[in-house]
Amino acid sequence: MSRPIVSDFRLLAAAGLLSLFGVAMVYSAGQTDTPTAVATVYKSQILWLLIGMGFAYAVGHSSVRFIEWMTTPLYLLSIVLLGLTLVIGKGAGTAASTKSWLAIGSHRIGQPSEIAKVTVVLMLAKVLANQRETPRSLLDLWKPALVVGIPWLIIMLQPDLGTGIVFIGIFFAMLFWAGVAWPLLILIASPAISLILSFSVGLWGAWFFILLALVLWYRPYLIEGIVLMVLNVATGVIAPMMWEKLAPYQQNRLKVFIDPSADPRASGYHVIQSKVAIGSGGFLGKGYTLGTQKRLAFLPEQHTDFIFSVVGEELGFIGVTVALALFLWLFLRITQIAERANDSYSSLVAFGLMSSWFVHVLVNVGMTLNLMPITGIPLPFFSYGGSFMLASWLAVGILMRISGEGRGSALSLRR
Amino acid sequence: MSSMALSIGFVLLVGAFFKTQVIQYKQYVMQSEENRLRPIPLPAPRGIIYDRHGEVIAENLPAYSVSITAPSVDSLRSALAQLAPTLQLGQNDINNAIRRYRRAPTRPTVVLADASIDIVSVLEEHRLDFPRLIIQSVPKRYYPDGPVVASFVGYTGEITESDLNDPKYVNYKPGQQIGKAGLEKQYEAILHGKEGVRFDEVDARGRPVRGEGPRPDLSPEGAPPLYTNIDLDLQKFTVGIFADSLQGGAIAIDPNTGEVLALYSAPSWDPNKFTGGIPVEYYKTLLEDKRRPLVNKAIQGTYPPGSTFKLATSIIGLEDGVVGVHEHMPVPCTGGYQFGNRYFRCWEKKGHGSLDLEGAIKHSCDVYFYQLGLKIGLAKFIAGGIKLTMRDKSGIDLPEETQARWPYAIDYYNKKYGARGWSNAETLNLAIGQGSNSQTVVNMAKLYSAFAAKGVAPRPEIAHLVPQRKQIFTLNTQQDSIVLEGLKAVLEAGGTAGASAIQGLTLAGKTGTAQNTGGADHGWFVGFAPADKPKIVVAVLLEFGLHGSRAAHIASAIIGHYLKVGPIKATMDEG
Repeated sequence: MSRPIVSDFRLLAAAGLLSLFGVAMVYSAGQTDTPTAVATVYKSQILWLLIGMGFAYAVGHSSVRFIEWMTTPLYLLSIVLLGLTLVIGKGAGTAASTKSWLAIGSHRIGQPSEIAKVTVVLMLAKVLANQRETPRSLLDLWKPALVVGIPWLIIMLQPDLGTGIVFIGIFFAMLFWAGVAWPLLILIASPAISLILSFSVGLWGAWFFILLALVLWYRPYLIEGIVLMVLNVATGVIAPMMWEKLAPYQQNRLKVFIDPSADPRASGYHVIQSKVAIGSGGFLGKGYTLGTQKRLAFLPEQHTDFIFSVVGEELGFIGVTVALALFLWLFLRITQIAERANDSYSSLVAFGLMSSWFVHVLVNVGMTLNLMPITGIPLPFFSYGGSFMLASWLAVGILMRISGEGRGSALSLRR
Repeated sequence: MSSMALSIGFVLLVGAFFKTQVIQYKQYVMQSEENRLRPIPLPAPRGIIYDRHGEVIAENLPAYSVSITAPSVDSLRSALAQLAPTLQLGQNDINNAIRRYRRAPTRPTVVLADASIDIVSVLEEHRLDFPRLIIQSVPKRYYPDGPVVASFVGYTGEITESDLNDPKYVNYKPGQQIGKAGLEKQYEAILHGKEGVRFDEVDARGRPVRGEGPRPDLSPEGAPPLYTNIDLDLQKFTVGIFADSLQGGAIAIDPNTGEVLALYSAPSWDPNKFTGGIPVEYYKTLLEDKRRPLVNKAIQGTYPPGSTFKLATSIIGLEDGVVGVHEHMPVPCTGGYQFGNRYFRCWEKKGHGSLDLEGAIKHSCDVYFYQLGLKIGLAKFIAGGIKLTMRDKSGIDLPEETQARWPYAIDYYNKKYGARGWSNAETLNLAIGQGSNSQTVVNMAKLYSAFAAKGVAPRPEIAHLVPQRKQIFTLNTQQDSIVLEGLKAVLEAGGTAGASAIQGLTLAGKTGTAQNTGGADHGWFVGFAPADKPKIVVAVLLEFGLHGSRAAHIASAIIGHYLKVGPIKATMDEG
């Protein structure tokens, strides 16, 4: 390989700037008036960033074919690790009651789900790329569904609702990128939509008629159509039962999402204090490390889930805009990489990795303003966490490689 | 297409932040400030109370208060349980603290209003263990002369639950000190001052992080001083005469202005012990004391005025014109007066013979005044008494004053005894200051002040405000001088208070005996000096004093001390 070390400067710049911004915010998160263990975590965050960059460099010097060859074993390994969490998993942070951490004794090693987010993208890309034709029916989708479904099921058993949402996001985004028609995507999603709408009989009824029209128009196989309708009815009925099955903290989070003031002292407290932090930051912010909501511990989880609230409080609307612009720049660049990729696998991997981050940003940032329910999803490059930083830079390395190999050949996958 | 979707998504997000951070900025910045700043009230020092010469009657000393902040009643309860041994809290203190908390949960709850220096130093040592504790230097009310001034100054204490429900105290908060009695209560609005506030920066658990700096303090505004008409020297002298053995009330007034120079009720109590919570033991002692120290005998106790009332009878008779200045009554005094089938005694069994008004006043002849009363007639007599404000409060600026008792009309007797259940004999009783007539010491002082000031009654005033005066009767010069001569004669040889005369000073006054069914009679004296140009009126009531001569001793001593004349000791010995 005679390619330069940095094959895609714009990608590296966007990811690098975001990471530096993120480390600076993790440092600030530790600057509080009440002593906290968060004070020193920025050091390990820097360490993880360096390790991640090392991985990225290594991956950047391999080849896409090698990555594709490694896809299945890596995927299987991450499934095994995920399965282990169910046996010896530990909780942490806002999700203290979930078992997303692998631990030996009391020492937490890492979160396999963060690595799985990358390997699932790789595996899904491989399966979709190997299909000769664009999937046209629900039956054609059994393989991709299985690839995402197995790890998703394990993650929902942990249970880690946030990561589960990310997987679903990845699934739909990659199907879309693979050329699956949007009516089919809606049909796939229909049981989930039924689930959500089932809390209002009227809404659910309306949705059911729309669905019926869609089925008649798209004309899937008869058996599929019947199964879909039955599924929709079933989810509509079992949704309330599932609600009962949710852990109380999950129920509370969903309730609070709808009305934070319903429980201002407990679950709603996080969201209210986050909005207060962001809102009181104003246009220019209270100054780096000087956010009072953070300093005085009104802002919870200021170094992980709510780190973007610290950005809002200390750097104001300007800081928020800069951070979001950097994310947009990164995502647009990756979209370009996906478009210029040599083959469907590379293109799907690039788009899948991008969509994974996109869901993270959307849900995490949305959560700080109560536009999304609290699900405990970290913000890429910002939230403190070794596994996620490592996985993110691994992804950057893969994207560098794909970008480096991409010659801008026509992409048959895109319509 | 996906680039477009991404861009739109981000623009929407940025828009949401714009709304929160720019449009709704003010609302959130307020919430964030509310989060981090806890206002700590800074009590204002009460206004200092001075006497007429600038001597201090009430001032403020530095004390320490201990208060605590708590997020909930339960948390307060457990904190108090932890603190109880250190602070020596009883169950009562804990209940009070919880009551205060329920009233104003966002305000630091006062646990100890006046903590000893020992407790404070122990707390300071354990400061870190109790981060929510607030130890403040606060002004504490102090009366340098304690019991000497208690009768008029009153005391301060914590505002009660029922006070807080009173619209008068709408801006008050639990734990605050207010005037509970006397001048402290009367002039609460003036003396209170304006509470200040200090802002502490606290963390999410309510623990203080920074004591100063986050926002400038609003300093408490001390109240302006209250200047009174009291002559502290005379007050002390008055208290000294009563000593510990005598019980009763005394008041000294400048008849020209109504300025109250001294006011005392014996025995007294120590208002300093009342500040910051009345100790149960002390309060019990006062309540159980048979001499009833908590009843103010100068303004609250009412007593039949006895012969001191003969001034009123004389004035009513003269003003009505039913008696001439030199007129003798039809029946001379032979030690009693036959009215219907009842025989009314004169206090002098030997009788006074035939007297005119001057002589009748000098000798306090009951038989003369029985007949004068009958001449006036009951209806006119009652109306005359009302005109002389014998049915009113004196209007002294103290909240505890009792209204004097006097019939409102003849109908009073019909209502009380039935239309045929009473006879004109009531007129005889009223004429000599008995019957349905019960006066406070201050109201009698007001009557004599009015006489000393040619019929103009001044409102007795302790605080130095604008005097209020009202003409309540008019006598012609001749009438006035005859009565005055009679009152002077009382303090001359042969008068009922002749032994209280002062060398080189003409006194005028009247003794009285208030019949007391419950025990020994009470003794009265009300008088003024100098007789021809009065500067001071003194009214004294001695409970169980038997008759007025001992009260007259006290009054003349007070007058002599005030006017700085006469070897008082000598006259005292004569008694």
